[in-house]
Amino acid sequence: MEATIATKANGTSWGGGNNKPLGASYGKMMMWFFILSDALTFSGFLAAYGLMRFKFIDSWPIADEVFTHFPFLHGVHAPMYYVALMTFVLIFSSVTMVLAVDAGHQMKKKKVSFYMLLTIIGGLIFLGSQAWEWKNFIKGSYGAVQLNDGKIIQFVDASGHQITLESFAAPSHSERVQHTKDKGIWFKKEAALPPVSLTQVMEGFKANTDITIRTEQIDLSTRQKTIIPREKAMAYLNNSKAVVKGANLKVNEYGKTLFADFFFFITGFHGFHVFSGVLINIIIFFNVLIGTYQRRGHYEMVEKVGLYWHFVDLVWVFVFTFFYLI
Amino acid sequence: MAHAQEHKSHTKLIWKVFIILSIVTIVEVALGIVKPDALYLSKFLGTSPLNIIFIVLTIVKAYYITWFFMHMADEKKNLRRAVVWTAVFLICYLAVLVLLEGAYINDVLGPLTKWDY
Repeated sequence: MEATIATKANGTSWGGGNNKPLGASYGKMMMWFFILSDALTFSGFLAAYGLMRFKFIDSWPIADEVFTHFPFLHGVHAPMYYVALMTFVLIFSSVTMVLAVDAGHQMKKKKVSFYMLLTIIGGLIFLGSQAWEWKNFIKGSYGAVQLNDGKIIQFVDASGHQITLESFAAPSHSERVQHTKDKGIWFKKEAALPPVSLTQVMEGFKANTDITIRTEQIDLSTRQKTIIPREKAMAYLNNSKAVVKGANLKVNEYGKTLFADFFFFITGFHGFHVFSGVLINIIIFFNVLIGTYQRRGHYEMVEKVGLYWHFVDLVWVFVFTFFYLI
Repeated sequence: MAHAQEHKSHTKLIWKVFIILSIVTIVEVALGIVKPDALYLSKFLGTSPLNIIFIVLTIVKAYYITWFFMHMADEKKNLRRAVVWTAVFLICYLAVLVLLEGAYINDVLGPLTKWDY
């Protein structure tokens, strides 16, 4: 009630008392509301991902089969480990950030700058890891064949494990060269030759009698992709359109292109947040070094940038769950 | 009083929260790798119990990050509610509507998708 009645005029036009209903400085309060709106943006993206996932609940790519790489372990099937490592890097850089804030409360400039530096390094490691994750996803692992209606067909051996196209494709007879600007149409070029041609795959498939194919469809009782018996496989392959290796915004060897689109968009948007967070951290770090906040008498700027940094970590916790775990 | 509090170091609490977050993450990753059939293949609340566990653990992590890393616990009740309640309400609202719609589209579209050739 008191806030609605002007109790003291004290020379200003508004006399709202001195209630401070939110008890935070303008900057900190606005950082919180920015974070709120950004959280809603991210939840919008993740909800859109959820919509498409529910729409294609019986044919969505299985994350365990997509993200299986770990540095220095070539060919080892290591799902989750790498992304778990990335999560730890980000959580740890959150810890160093909050330690910096804590040191700021005690006006310990040296400690603040040290922890800020660690936070920046953590952020950079995370960004590098994400780049590596993207590289693997773009490069792909096994390769697949796309049918005329866009469905993805993958190849498996007799035990049901996926095999690479190169391992069974017939040796090439024709000499197909990469399309560059000086050969063929001048305004078109291709980034790289496809590893094998469709004809090679088809011939190789006919020659290797112990391999078969699997479709994107998930058997809901085992939650595995459906393997098609070899007798029926040719009916699928007769409809094939192109060889697909890796993933981009147009094709995805692991299944639905939408999966790749959402992956690039959401982790990209998050990565951009991390990137800008690192930049802001660097600016604040130098401000700490030259003693701006020591002279100002408080380290609230470190606290505010810390809020943003923790938010980035918070978003990653959700991205991690919805892209890799569920 | 507030002034005296500001000078106290919270390092112990921070490391404790870090350990909790690490344990939760390790549990999540372990479950994600092992995927016990009993949790992974059965149905509960429209999805597998494993997914429910993941979501609950994620919210636990979000709670610890917001409350202790972002110091939401120390903010005034008004600010806390303005931020947290708004986010929780709008996100739940959005998620429920959109996911129901997705399931509906699947009901309609699923039978029309051709899987044999």
